[in-house]
Amino acid sequence: MSDLVNLQVNGVAYPVQIATDRNLSGVLRDELGLTGTKEGCDDCECGACMVLLDGQPVNSCSYLAVQAQGREITTVEGLADGDELHPLQRNILATGGVQCGFCTPGMLMSAEALLERNPDPTDEEIRIGLSGNLCRCTGYARILAAVKATAVELNGSGA
Amino acid sequence: MSMQIATSVDEVLSAMAAGARPIAGGTDLVVGHRQGKAPLPEALVAIDRVAELGEITDGDPLRIGATVTHARLMTDDVVVGKLTAIADAAALVGSPSTRNVGTLGGNVMNGSPAMDTGAPLIVLGAEAELTSATGTRTVALDELWTGPGRTSAEPGELCTALVIPGRPDTSGSAYVRLEYRRAMEIAVVGAAAAVTLDGATVSSVRIALTAVAPTIIEVSGLDALAGRVPDDGLLAEVAELAAEQASPISDLRATDRYRRHTIGVMARRAVDAAARRAAGEEISVPVNRALGIGAAA
Ligand SMILES: Cc1cc2nc3c(=O)[nH]c(=O)nc-3n(C[C@H](O)[C@H](O)[C@H](O)COP(=O)(O)OP(=O)(O)OC[C@H]3O[C@@H](n4cnc5c(N)ncnc54)[C@H](O)[C@@H]3O)c2cc1C
Ligand code: FES
Ligand code: FES
Repeated sequence: MSDLVNLQVNGVAYPVQIATDRNLSGVLRDELGLTGTKEGCDDCECGACMVLLDGQPVNSCSYLAVQAQGREITTVEGLADGDELHPLQRNILATGGVQCGFCTPGMLMSAEALLERNPDPTDEEIRIGLSGNLCRCTGYARILAAVKATAVELNGSGA
Repeated sequence: MSMQIATSVDEVLSAMAAGARPIAGGTDLVVGHRQGKAPLPEALVAIDRVAELGEITDGDPLRIGATVTHARLMTDDVVVGKLTAIADAAALVGSPSTRNVGTLGGNVMNGSPAMDTGAPLIVLGAEAELTSATGTRTVALDELWTGPGRTSAEPGELCTALVIPGRPDTSGSAYVRLEYRRAMEIAVVGAAAAVTLDGATVSSVRIALTAVAPTIIEVSGLDALAGRVPDDGLLAEVAELAAEQASPISDLRATDRYRRHTIGVMARRAVDAAARRAAGEEISVPVNRALGIGAAA
């Protein structure tokens, strides 16, 4: 069956007609054109598809889009403020935490959820926060450094 | 197929009476479908927005609503303080996103012999509260789990809560598991223990084992340990009893011999940690990380 569903993504309401078994990542990418969210494994192992549902991370490849109705969905497209990159985006570029970039949107969403919950995480807490995200390029150290730098920056500015 | 998003238990029960299957976090149901293990049911009813299913109520007995997530279990003061083994287990599930949507009820009703919250629930004496359009009953967990992925619940029955008797202040519990990775992993084997002390000696101990039988199993023959101190001798006997009673399989994760050996090691570590917690020692959640058990750092 197909349902008329209202999805709230990055503050914008998207009415969309979709089959009940469609996954959220597929709907974001193919129906709404929000291709920042990546599909790697498509069965909940790699974290490339990570988005936030009411501020908390979810593997959107393995979440039914219809079940996201009434929740606020945040994708990587929702991080920047116009042309101004989000501090996590700026820092992951600065530290060299991006190579091919396929894992980056998912990493950013997990990191954003972590810093919202815990603005001053220890290294161990950062590792746990990103433990559902695989990266085959960077070796992780520079991604961890970007999260750390962002935490320091946000705390330093009193945010 | 169709999905109804329910906001009350009554709505869930009438949808289920009409044939719908409940979905909470979908981390077993939807992931199983993506992996091609099982098709999605024709009719689903989403239960994650039913407020009364998401409550933790302290008291005797304690109640944990079926849709309480692993993320909440591992940080909730009541669970960490009184039902520590459940918090240990929840903290090991998947990754932050798995724990954020995955629920206790989903873990229990999915019925996997590798479920991490199962052994803790058994040693804490939990029962499942099952509710259908015709009434409510409570079922002991060893009667609920009938085989891998199978439960004795009827199709129209919703698990509304796990109900756990109150515990004396001199008791402690712990759950440890052997894992090859520190995240996105399921137990190679795991063990939970609940220990109550009377001064320096053990007055009662319960142990349950993960991933060494078709369902979670409880270790029998522990009554003889009452009245003894939890020393190396007692822990060695615990390891032997656990290994004897396991009936593990070989699969790509481990051989039966390796599982039989390591289940003994996990059981003794679980009893040791539970006894130390019972004696008042602070060991943070999850005990796997606090004591460096399981995967290497
Ligand atoms: C990447 C990943 C890692 C994982 N790691 C672990 C792990 O380390 N340890 C572990 O134990 N599990 C793990 N799991 C499995 C899963 O996350 C847990 O079992 C979780 O608790 C399931 O909860 P859920 O709410 O997502 O269940 P769902 O998928 O929503 O439901 C599971 C089953 O239970 C039924 N059901 C759900 N709620 C109820 C209810 N209240 N009453 C009756 N029936 C119900 C559903 O119909 C379905 O058949 C992992 C899964 C993934 C994807
Ligand atoms: S695409 Fe969702 S976890 Fe890999
Ligand atoms: S940058 Fe290539 S996968 Fe992470």
